[in-house]
Amino acid sequence: MAGIQLNTLRKIYAGNVEAVKGISIDIKDGEFIVLVGPSGCGKSTLLRMVAGLETITDGELFIGDRLVNNVEPADRDIAMVFQNYALYPHMTVYNNLAYGLKNRSIPKDEIEKRVRKAAEILEIGDFLDRRPRQLSGGQRQRVAMGRAIVREPAAFLFDEPLSNLDAKLRVQMRMEIKKLQKELGTTSLYVTHDQLEAMTLADRLVVLSGGVVEQIGSPIDVYEKPASTFVATFIGSPAMNLLPLAKSGNEWKLDNGATVDVKLNTDLSDLILGVRPEDLVIEELSEKFDTGLHTALTVHVVEPVGAESYVHGTIGEGSVDVVVRAPGKLHFEPGQILKVTAKPEKLHTFDTKSGKRIELEGALETA
Amino acid sequence: MKRSQFWDHTILVLGALFMLVPVVYALMTSSHDAVSIYKEGLQLSPGGHFVDTYKQVLTEAGGFTKSVTGLTMLWNSLVLGLGFAFGKIIISMLAAYAIVYFRFPLGTFFFWIIFSTLLLPLEVRILPSYEIVQGLGMANTYSGLIIPLIASATGTFYFRQFFKSVPDELVEAARIDGAGPLKFFIDILVPLSKTMIAAIFIIMFVFGWNQYLWPTLITTDESLFTLVRGMKQILQVWIGAQIPDTNQAMALAVLAMLPPVLIVVIFQSWFVKGLVESEK
Repeated sequence: MAGIQLNTLRKIYAGNVEAVKGISIDIKDGEFIVLVGPSGCGKSTLLRMVAGLETITDGELFIGDRLVNNVEPADRDIAMVFQNYALYPHMTVYNNLAYGLKNRSIPKDEIEKRVRKAAEILEIGDFLDRRPRQLSGGQRQRVAMGRAIVREPAAFLFDEPLSNLDAKLRVQMRMEIKKLQKELGTTSLYVTHDQLEAMTLADRLVVLSGGVVEQIGSPIDVYEKPASTFVATFIGSPAMNLLPLAKSGNEWKLDNGATVDVKLNTDLSDLILGVRPEDLVIEELSEKFDTGLHTALTVHVVEPVGAESYVHGTIGEGSVDVVVRAPGKLHFEPGQILKVTAKPEKLHTFDTKSGKRIELEGALETA
Repeated sequence: MKRSQFWDHTILVLGALFMLVPVVYALMTSSHDAVSIYKEGLQLSPGGHFVDTYKQVLTEAGGFTKSVTGLTMLWNSLVLGLGFAFGKIIISMLAAYAIVYFRFPLGTFFFWIIFSTLLLPLEVRILPSYEIVQGLGMANTYSGLIIPLIASATGTFYFRQFFKSVPDELVEAARIDGAGPLKFFIDILVPLSKTMIAAIFIIMFVFGWNQYLWPTLITTDESLFTLVRGMKQILQVWIGAQIPDTNQAMALAVLAMLPPVLIVVIFQSWFVKGLVESEK
């Protein structure tokens, strides 16, 4: 067991492509960290740097208190679970689990003990004599996890391990991974592009974009206080609505002229207002809030998803698509105009240029 | 439907006959005695000397020096065929392994150099090759017979393509599992290449078994003659008024055909598997 420390890690590929631009993360012992971001954000590269499969161009990597920049993957005391499982096709499940231990010249009875134990935890005891191709996707995934567990490493590295599974199995395995990680208490670094997976698994989320860290924090923190417009739209589904907000005299107005009641201590003359679909409330269906946001929404389309409905529309002349997430089965005609409202503490503001979050006044009390 | 089936079968039967008749000729002729063959030509009906001829061919010493029997020649051919096939597989697997998994200067360049030797058959370089092998004192040895032939562009190319299709994640998993380059090769890559190895083994064994030009050049000692090489010798032996032992030559031809046929028959399922599927 050990923590992992990334100190301004950088990766520059041949051709001067900078995939990872100085990332620092301090992972505590036993913590479950999820790296999340769109494809090409550098998350997989970063994980592979930790694994030792990619060289580190610059910066320092500590596993425990050992500097491992130039240590071979096998000697880093980590185990990795790959997206395609990467099981050895010609070996039985037992040998797949045992191979890494054999290479470390661990005594035979100890190997046997560890493999049996891992097989029991993962419920793959019945398959130990089978070959990987005789197993289903979910079973292969378990074997891949088993291979990591038997090593009893300082850290688990997961590289999108669930993306080859079907949706139902993915949800099930997600829970199992979480449960397993809590039981074993092994530090874990998990890469995914699926924000739902990230939210449900992580102790702390690291949102990456373009090779830099956009935000590090607990899933709820990241959700409730996104540090930038990128995080705001990446985490949460449907994505947060972003609307341009301009100062007119002493008031902040949307481009349809609706006043937004936000208290801001800033010299800027324009901002981006963010509000999550579930925080927008249709006035006809609920009480009206005294302060905050009130505006008219022209309905385009209603998407029923069962327990709730996504109402798509536009605010004013602007062509920005706005989504309202409302409970129940709703029916509105296209072109119908609704009044929507949001509580002041549910509003987010971002700098137009940098996209960075600007904290509202009084936000501290509601946080 | 019926009609086209009839024609299909007619063509098939004719084709099969066309291929098989020479073999039947050889087999039948070998069961007659030399005199009747000399008088009446090749035979299509069984004669009465089948056992005699084969016994003679296999066990009685022939040639100029009377030091080589059919069994010796079979053995020599077997050594050449196996040495040739295994040598080629080992060398080309190692070469392909180096080319695919290690980044060394000019790696791709060397691959294309090896690949371009496909265009240069043995015949083109036969004199320099002979000179070198002779100079190394390897003439009339098994190693001289085998080693100069085991570099294989074809084999290297096949294994390179195969290794390239092995997922990178497997290599990475093995690295994390603590398998070094040699361990990875032996524990993972060789077992994965099993069917490929079998396919190449068959091709190369038959190819090596049927080598004629190189054994003719490099072995002058009759005890090292291979079957394919020795067969000709028999037809060339004209001592006084003796007529050629065509029956023996035919018997040797039939014997020479058997092992490759057996290998193909026994390994054909592997062969097909190796060519069409890969277990990954």
